[in-house]
Amino acid sequence: MTKFVVRRLVWTIPVVLLVILLTFTMMKQIGGNPFRQTERAVPASIQRNLERKFGLDKPWYVQYAQYVRNVFTFDLGPSMVLRGRSVNAIVKEQFPRSIQLGGLAMLFALVVGVPLGAVAALKQNSTADYSAMVVSNVGFAVPSFLVATLLIYFVSLKWGLLPTSGWATWRHKILPPIALGLGPMAYFARLARGSMLETLQQDYVRTARAKGLRWRRVVVVHVLRNSLIPVVTAAGPFLGFLITGSFIIETIFAIPGIGRYYVVSVQARDLSVTMGLTVILALIIVVANLIVDILYGLLDPRTREARA
Amino acid sequence: MALLEVKNLHTHFFTREGVVRAVDGVDFELERGRTLGIVGESGCGKSVTALSIMGLIPKPPAKIVEGQVLFEGRDLTELDEGELEDVRGRHIAMIFQDPMTSLNPTLKIGTQLTETLRRHLGMSKDAARKRAIELLEEVHIPNAAARLDDYPHRYSGGMRQRVMIAGAIACNPKLLIADEPSTALDVTVQARILDLLEELRKAHDMAMILITHDMGVVAEAADEVAVMYAGQLVERAGVQDLFDRPEHPYTEALLGALPHVDEEHVRESRLTTIPGRPPNLVDPPEACRFGPRCPYASLNDSCTQVEPQLRELRKGHWVRSAHPASERAGVPAEVGA
Ligand SMILES: Nc1ncnc2c1ncn2[C@@H]1O[C@H](COP(=O)(O)OP(=O)(O)O)[C@@H](O)[C@H]1O
Ligand SMILES: [Mg+2]
Repeated sequence: MTKFVVRRLVWTIPVVLLVILLTFTMMKQIGGNPFRQTERAVPASIQRNLERKFGLDKPWYVQYAQYVRNVFTFDLGPSMVLRGRSVNAIVKEQFPRSIQLGGLAMLFALVVGVPLGAVAALKQNSTADYSAMVVSNVGFAVPSFLVATLLIYFVSLKWGLLPTSGWATWRHKILPPIALGLGPMAYFARLARGSMLETLQQDYVRTARAKGLRWRRVVVVHVLRNSLIPVVTAAGPFLGFLITGSFIIETIFAIPGIGRYYVVSVQARDLSVTMGLTVILALIIVVANLIVDILYGLLDPRTREARA
Repeated sequence: MALLEVKNLHTHFFTREGVVRAVDGVDFELERGRTLGIVGESGCGKSVTALSIMGLIPKPPAKIVEGQVLFEGRDLTELDEGELEDVRGRHIAMIFQDPMTSLNPTLKIGTQLTETLRRHLGMSKDAARKRAIELLEEVHIPNAAARLDDYPHRYSGGMRQRVMIAGAIACNPKLLIADEPSTALDVTVQARILDLLEELRKAHDMAMILITHDMGVVAEAADEVAVMYAGQLVERAGVQDLFDRPEHPYTEALLGALPHVDEEHVRESRLTTIPGRPPNLVDPPEACRFGPRCPYASLNDSCTQVEPQLRELRKGHWVRSAHPASERAGVPAEVGA
């Protein structure tokens, strides 16, 4: 297992290199330059000075190599647009909020979605099943900004239960994760239901029942565990999605997270910020997938051995 | 009192295509320590009969619509799920056809054995583990103590069926139901599994229901035989009597397909020598279900009108046919005359 984890961690290095390269190329394709936007109207000589300062006058592979060197010394460089702010500082200050938001949304999605799907499967074709699936369909179909708006309108404005915006206390941290996690929650519910129904049909579940085990044990030990495998597999990529996809939610709830910087940096061609955030996100997704794979191994002994 | 008495059992599946009358009239008794062989073509309701006894039919779509399953005089069809759970694995155990899929791939063999012991006998973890090792030794799995911590995928098909058997006998049940226990296995290990079952049945003084479509297996292992056709029990007798003097035309055909029961190739022969196919169980013939395939059906019109009932032709020999062999002495058996 340790060997497996180490090998996977070593593999993140080429992944990060590739991510940097791709982002680099894409940013070049978009074209533009942080110092050549009309509204800033910087004189041409100063532009050239700035470009030299940030190394933008060098060929792309030199820029790339320089950037890679910086990343591996944990220095993401200064922002090209925001005076006096380094990318490291932006990451340090804003990222924890986005991770918290994404993590809480994920938690909400799993803690509500999986039991919802499990109950639906155990009571297949009952009212409970149909209601759960209606909830799931609605949750999947309604976009998160609409959910956010509705939550703010009812919970915050009409009933006055929770604040409308900000990220200061736990009371601020309830509505945004729900708005963000509703879609994934619906997805996990469907996935868990389908997976449970399939597992319930398995011969080994019949064996467990033939042994006279209590139904509760049959469900928890023999059905749930096996049904969770596909859910866990799907959960990894979702974590990345929840952290990057939080831009809209961060805007609606005025959460000073990373999403806003991300979008603004692309628009402003703030290359170093865009790059830095992309690298960090790639790392998060790699780590999330690694965790998923470890969990997967814990759930399924066959894969565990295949890696040994 | 017989250990198990199945009376007029009818188990139907209520599906969109209609009511599948999977089991539609099964009657038998089984004494303690005896082996009943249930034979019949694939799809004739053998497994559904066994699952009905265990209370393991999938509900819905299946339902026992009529009949009783008396185990030590207690009607199992009347029990609720909790009471059935106390019987299953403790007093009646079952093993299935496909050992590759019958064990949970994500749990250690040890766990899958000890959970039964702990559930029914209230054993401690350590005691259950010790007992599990003994059980694996009893089914002749070498190096038992070490293999307890293996997962099923480390076991071959034959070994897995041994594990299933070990789990089934764990609580010393009075009845073991083996549903085609060797069908899915390699020909070379089939006989060994059957021998093991017989060895353990004797050692634990269990009664056994051995389901098979192989007359050769029945001849070797069973004390009594029940022949099923299209959801119904059509003949039942002691094994000797059945093989010597089969009465039902269907049984005759089954045995006719195996002229020499003790020959080696017998195990491989299938029940395909009777012309025609079994009826659709959604809409079976009103009268005798074997009628359309019966070589004697045209001799007497009664069996095309009314359904023959199971009757005792002579002591211990029951048959459901208007044309049992002993009643058509002298009549030439001309097919389709
Ligand atoms: N889940 C099900 N739904 C509908 N019909 C079923 C189902 N399971 C079994 N049957 C029907 O019950 C009949 C008996 O099946 P089974 O007892 O498995 O036969 P076998 O004698 O081969 O063990 C079959 O003809 C099959 O069509
Ligand atoms: Mg069967």
